[in-house]
Amino acid sequence: MTVHNLYLFDRNGVCLHYSEWHRKKQAGIPKEEEYKLMYGMLFSIRSFVSKMSPLDMYAESEEMPRKDGFLAFQTSRYKLHYYETPTGIKVVMNTDLGVGPIRDVLHHIYSALYVELVVKNPLCPLGQTVQSELFRSRLDSYVRSLPFFSARAG
Amino acid sequence: MSRPAHRKPEYHKINKDLFVLTYGALVAQLCKDYEKDEDVNKYLDKMGYGIGTRLVEDFLARSCVRRCHSYSEITDIIAQVAFKMYLGITPSVTCNNSSRTEFSLILDKNPLVEFVEELPAGRSSLCYCNLLCGIIRGALEMVHLAADVTFLQDRLKGDRVTEIGITFLRKLDEKKYRRKK
Repeated sequence: MTVHNLYLFDRNGVCLHYSEWHRKKQAGIPKEEEYKLMYGMLFSIRSFVSKMSPLDMYAESEEMPRKDGFLAFQTSRYKLHYYETPTGIKVVMNTDLGVGPIRDVLHHIYSALYVELVVKNPLCPLGQTVQSELFRSRLDSYVRSLPFFSARAG
Repeated sequence: MSRPAHRKPEYHKINKDLFVLTYGALVAQLCKDYEKDEDVNKYLDKMGYGIGTRLVEDFLARSCVRRCHSYSEITDIIAQVAFKMYLGITPSVTCNNSSRTEFSLILDKNPLVEFVEELPAGRSSLCYCNLLCGIIRGALEMVHLAADVTFLQDRLKGDRVTEIGITFLRKLDEKKYRRKK
């Protein structure tokens, strides 16, 4: 089980951060194009999912406190997990197929890493790629410490 | 394989007096810098806006509120969760119009004015806590809601209560990121 890579986008589609750990195949296009493609796809999937949902999206039930649509997709080789905040910050993580729902992990990346280290730092401008080395290294150690991350891609 | 503990980050608390006095020093400095009350109010609002755009992320990270479906739910959350989290008070909420887009937060306790007896002479239209209006406005804008936030009543100006009015304007659209050709 492993984590392949992670994208962090803001509400305007700017890619705030990208890290990869085990990526055997590149997309074959420049990174900027790749980020735009990823963001555009996510934007379309979100609206598709809510439009085509056969059930009322905003259920009042307590079991799923944040029933807000698109959560993940999977292919025969990898799974893409998605988490979005009401402010439009999007955390996207590609893992292999053995990994279950990881909303709490993505929420932790948002709350304990992005908010604590970037938003609360007045010298970190918002709306552009995060330059903070502290953020990059803490994120890296956090992902490497996850139970479903193994140093050997499996 | 043990699961690493997801420790909640520790939220440092600071001394309330330090915070209140720092705010007072900020307002006092702005009064020295700008002669007109409107300018001081405007800059307090602008600073608050900058704070609000970032504070909202911290609020969402810590409070895990559910998605709101109405303006009155949002106002309730501002009063009961956000104000409680950051200022330790819970203003009461009233709705001011039948189309439910205008609300008021009534603060009967306001920690920011604890050491202020009255506005200084010559500063009768100063909105001492205007930072709060900017914060609410900035925070709402980051969740795609445009709103006008102003002080409707102020105890420092002789009114019975302190009242912040929130008027929700149209919902801001999420703009799709356009490819630069």
